[in-house]
Amino acid sequence: MKNVFVYCEITEEGHIADVSLELCSKGRKLADELKVNLEAIVIGHKLKGIQEELAPFGVDTVYLADDKRLFPFTTLPHASIFSKLLKEQEGDIVLVGATSIGRDLAPRVASTLRCGLTADCTSLEIGDHYVKKTDTTYKDLLYQIRPAFGGNIVATIINPDMHPQMATVREGVMKKEEVKRKKLIEIVDIDVKKYVSDSDFVVNIIERHIEAQKVNIKGAQIIVAGGYGVGSKDNFKMLYKLADAIGGEVGATRAAVDAGFEEHERQIGQTGVTVRPKLYIACGISGAVQHRAGMDQSAQIISINTDEEAPITNIADYNITGRLEDVLPKMLKYFKQNSK
Amino acid sequence: MSFRIIVLAKQVPDTRNVGKDAMKADGTVNRAALPAIFNPEDLNALEFALRVKDSRDDAEVIIVTMGPPRAAEIIRESLYRGADHGYLITDRKFAGSDTLATSYAISLAVKKLAPFDLVVSGRQAIDGDTAQVGPQAAEKIGIPQITYAEEFLGFNKNKIQVKRRLERGVEVVEAVCPVLLTVHSSAPDCRVRNAKRMMKYKHAKTDIELQELSEDYLELFESRPYLKINQWSVEDLKADVSLLGLGGSPTKVKKIESVVFTQKESKTLSDSDRDINNLMKTLINSHVLG
Repeated sequence: MKNVFVYCEITEEGHIADVSLELCSKGRKLADELKVNLEAIVIGHKLKGIQEELAPFGVDTVYLADDKRLFPFTTLPHASIFSKLLKEQEGDIVLVGATSIGRDLAPRVASTLRCGLTADCTSLEIGDHYVKKTDTTYKDLLYQIRPAFGGNIVATIINPDMHPQMATVREGVMKKEEVKRKKLIEIVDIDVKKYVSDSDFVVNIIERHIEAQKVNIKGAQIIVAGGYGVGSKDNFKMLYKLADAIGGEVGATRAAVDAGFEEHERQIGQTGVTVRPKLYIACGISGAVQHRAGMDQSAQIISINTDEEAPITNIADYNITGRLEDVLPKMLKYFKQNSK
Repeated sequence: MSFRIIVLAKQVPDTRNVGKDAMKADGTVNRAALPAIFNPEDLNALEFALRVKDSRDDAEVIIVTMGPPRAAEIIRESLYRGADHGYLITDRKFAGSDTLATSYAISLAVKKLAPFDLVVSGRQAIDGDTAQVGPQAAEKIGIPQITYAEEFLGFNKNKIQVKRRLERGVEVVEAVCPVLLTVHSSAPDCRVRNAKRMMKYKHAKTDIELQELSEDYLELFESRPYLKINQWSVEDLKADVSLLGLGGSPTKVKKIESVVFTQKESKTLSDSDRDINNLMKTLINSHVLG
């Protein structure tokens, strides 16, 4: 039966992860277009009531696999449950968040099901495909659109012959949107023992240090981000000062995080978060492809850099040649002055 | 009994230097047109494997790469840095393979190298950026996987202990070998080439490369078996051709569009008070700020 399936990840705090809710929103739209159901699978522990978090997003059915051994995530038990369920339910379109969990689980499941998987999709559409050689038209395929080749090309990928069609999507790419009329959600409790075997539990977690999410810059509309050019953790104070005044959040590049200037939570880019603020102020950021991947959809970009040739100058709306210690205080001063 | 570590590595086009003629009409990559490098995260994987090797006195590191003949270059590179043997999986029939078809071929090569205790690969390659081949190969080989590995912590009897780097923290896991690990770029960088090993292995060649060399050279080669870079084709692997190449790939490229870095209409400003003042005024008036 054709349907859209979303794998819903559980956060440290026991909630459905934002990326999964974003995919439910997108899944709902795809399901509406195809006139099929949107189904979710949640695998973890202490899942009672979790369907309440999914109902606002138009999920028709949620499969719950609840067992102590299923949280925190390890690959094999989740893969066994997910693969078997998809086979049983003949999953047609399958969406998974491109997180450390999703990028571990999805390929394992795709290999088991011998189906196609496209990673890090930036766009998903429904469309047809015509093959001249065999004069065949495939209808209602999932177009999986993604950048490749280091961000130098955008490819549209399809899986015409082997289903399900699986795709992973990074957090912040799709929008989280509640449906206008909440649906009655059907709950199916899975008998975990029938879906896993003892040999699935071979990786043991000995220690785990996961920090509570203190900051979530994903939804910030104004971001003041610092790169390696900021120079030190101390210098980041300038960025915070400006950010506080203009109502923004502070972000950082991977280079700055690796150098210890900022925490990983604030990292923007291919291995950090994707942001789409209305204003992105890049401070001392050279603009490597991996960083641009996380912020190039910002509505407006201002770059402050002493290097006029830095790659970021190609995507910035305003390029300020100058030192941060000169420019940032001035921006603060003139913001306050003109805001009165 | 030796502890055998297989490292899966890939030679990739340097996607940081892409020119216009890099794509073919069918949507697959024209690798020959670009400078080729050792995939960065596979170098992290090699270092990981070498550290495991260093921690015991019974280990060997075997490099496996699937690619066109010139991929032999990364095998030599691995030998220079500490690997012991190399296998090049090469055959025209592999061309156009997506991750599923690639992982099938690789799993056959790994299984042919049994027994093995550990398989290590980089998390993802800079051309496909999918991070799929590692886990898919693990599934086909039939061993567990640990992704986002950052640090080798040691052995606890027959279990390997690994630190993983996750979005909001770290996790220490252990698993009985054999297991497949994918290594993240946050792991230690690969050690540099060793001068002695360079001298020893600089003439290491695959069969294809040997065909182009002179008689005297071949004599040198005969007397030094360690210079042989093993080469496997579809026949050697007894691969089912229908599971390879474009035909064996469930994902198909429908369309490719180049990302054209259009020169945005950007304004260059100085750090003068006047310029900054005007900028802030503009931002406030257009309701971007305030």
